[in-house]
Amino acid sequence: MVVYLLGRLSGIVVVFIMVSMLAFVLMHSIPGGPFDEEKSPLPPAAKANILRKYGLDKPLWEQYALYMGSALRGDFGISFQSPTETVIQLIARTWPTSMQLGGLAILVAGTLGLTSGILAAVYQNSWIDYVVTFMSTLGLTVPNFVIALWLLLVFVVGLGWLPTGGWPGASSDDFKTLILPVVTLSLGPLALVARYTRSSLVEVLHAEYIRTARAKGLREHAVVLGHALKNAMIPLITVLLPQIPNLITGTIFVEVIFRVPGLGKFFVTSIYLRDYPMIMATMLLVATLWSTTYLLSDILYTVVDPRIRLYGRST
Amino acid sequence: MSTLAAPPLVVSRTDVLARPPSTLWRDAVWRFSRNKLAVSSLAVVALLAIMAVFAELLAPARYDFSVLSEANQFPSGRHLFGTDAVGRDFLSRIIFGARVSLTVGISVQVIALCIGVTLGTLAGTFGGWLDYIIMRFVEVFTALPIWLFALFLISVWRGWDAIVGGGLINVILAIGLIGWIEICRLTRAQILSLREKEYVLAATAIGASHLEIARRHLLPNALAPLIVAVTLGIPTAIFTEAGLSFLGFGINDPLPSWGKMIADSLAYVRVYWYLGLFPTLALALTMLSFSFVGDGLRDALDPRMGERR
Repeated sequence: MVVYLLGRLSGIVVVFIMVSMLAFVLMHSIPGGPFDEEKSPLPPAAKANILRKYGLDKPLWEQYALYMGSALRGDFGISFQSPTETVIQLIARTWPTSMQLGGLAILVAGTLGLTSGILAAVYQNSWIDYVVTFMSTLGLTVPNFVIALWLLLVFVVGLGWLPTGGWPGASSDDFKTLILPVVTLSLGPLALVARYTRSSLVEVLHAEYIRTARAKGLREHAVVLGHALKNAMIPLITVLLPQIPNLITGTIFVEVIFRVPGLGKFFVTSIYLRDYPMIMATMLLVATLWSTTYLLSDILYTVVDPRIRLYGRST
Repeated sequence: MSTLAAPPLVVSRTDVLARPPSTLWRDAVWRFSRNKLAVSSLAVVALLAIMAVFAELLAPARYDFSVLSEANQFPSGRHLFGTDAVGRDFLSRIIFGARVSLTVGISVQVIALCIGVTLGTLAGTFGGWLDYIIMRFVEVFTALPIWLFALFLISVWRGWDAIVGGGLINVILAIGLIGWIEICRLTRAQILSLREKEYVLAATAIGASHLEIARRHLLPNALAPLIVAVTLGIPTAIFTEAGLSFLGFGINDPLPSWGKMIADSLAYVRVYWYLGLFPTLALALTMLSFSFVGDGLRDALDPRMGERR
């Protein structure tokens, strides 16, 4: 177990270094820098000063070493797009909004996905099952910006029930603005949860211990919720947990469409403006988050199901 | 039952030989044809392909032909899907959009196959440090959500504009450079597992040549999962292109991209609802039918694979 964990952790470190090097080298291979202005070019002396301030005049490997040195201490430099803030401050300002959005979406996806998955499994091959299967296929296949537009057309343009966008605290205090972004974002993971709950529950319901539970006269809901669901939950953890970092980047479209001032929206502007420090920091943040959640889901797996043991190297 | 001829009681040897042998592909075609959803989706895919190839013949106008005096017209007999903000026939743009989407979907898979099969074969055949390096690369690409990576590549590309060229090629390259991961992993796994199979040993034992083993046993078995991966990779590529274009980093006007059309419609969504409705429907239909065909192929080619994701 310890050997396994060490192996995985060192794997994460190697991947982290490769991601950072790849991103760094690619980004610096771009001809032209952020201070090459066409309309009113800076005097050469002033430009040299600015380049020196941001350390852009040093050789590439030195820039990388300096960058990683300070990045490990939590200093990702100053964002080009808003020079009054450090990158960390900018992320600290915008990320909570994305996390609220993502958190609410996970909550909705978990509860509704579980419920509809259970219903579909218990009433297998009934109309409930077909509706759930149809909806989860839709949720898994159709991109979320398409779904966002459909919801917008129905609930905003057609029925006029909900506002077009915004976020409570930022542009208005209208909590109705939460509904559409959260629903849109949750549909994908909801579909995933529903599908996995259904298929694993259907499998478990045919197990012999379930027959035993029924034979000794347990009521049906006790059989399903008490006995079957516990084992059916195992695949759910591996499905739901990796969705968490996914949601943080998946919010990009939802944030752009519904004008939510979160990290995803900022990342898009960073790409427009070629804000190197901001792009680097976001890439590293997400890569770390992504690999740790995968590791975490593997570890949780053993907690939920003691039959599973982790050892050796994973492939 | 009465319509069926009674089976002959004595089966002569020539009859046995005359019956075509049941092969993997024949079985797969039979199983696929029984799957109604997959077959009807295949019909939709075929329709899309016809739309893409014969866009000039089918579309009422060219995608970039604009009549400013007819801008922002609602759907009517003259313009079935209405016109956009600069007076281009929207139906024509949707039809030409199919060409763009399919071009991206297929070219990306070609790039992904080239990179993925090569690296996967190298990793699987040689193992050792080469395998280690290739697999770490695969991990790097899985450590980042494809969105982030595609956006990042595009941002780098934008700096290189002079070298790389226009929007369509940028998008295809960016998505292709990410899309090979699954194929590489699949190829490697196939090679590693197939080498150990008993039927390969058995074929060697009865004196089959290497070429014969590769052709009769390895290739068909390795090919089936690859075909499924490529078919399911097409909608992913189409979706990624639409997403990039939606954010403004993909295909540029006047070339029609469904994703770009969806983004453009957002500003007018309260009035010109049809500008948002038609491209979203086209995109959703394409994604769904490709996925159903892919799922159908997976079930047909390997019934044991079942639900795997």
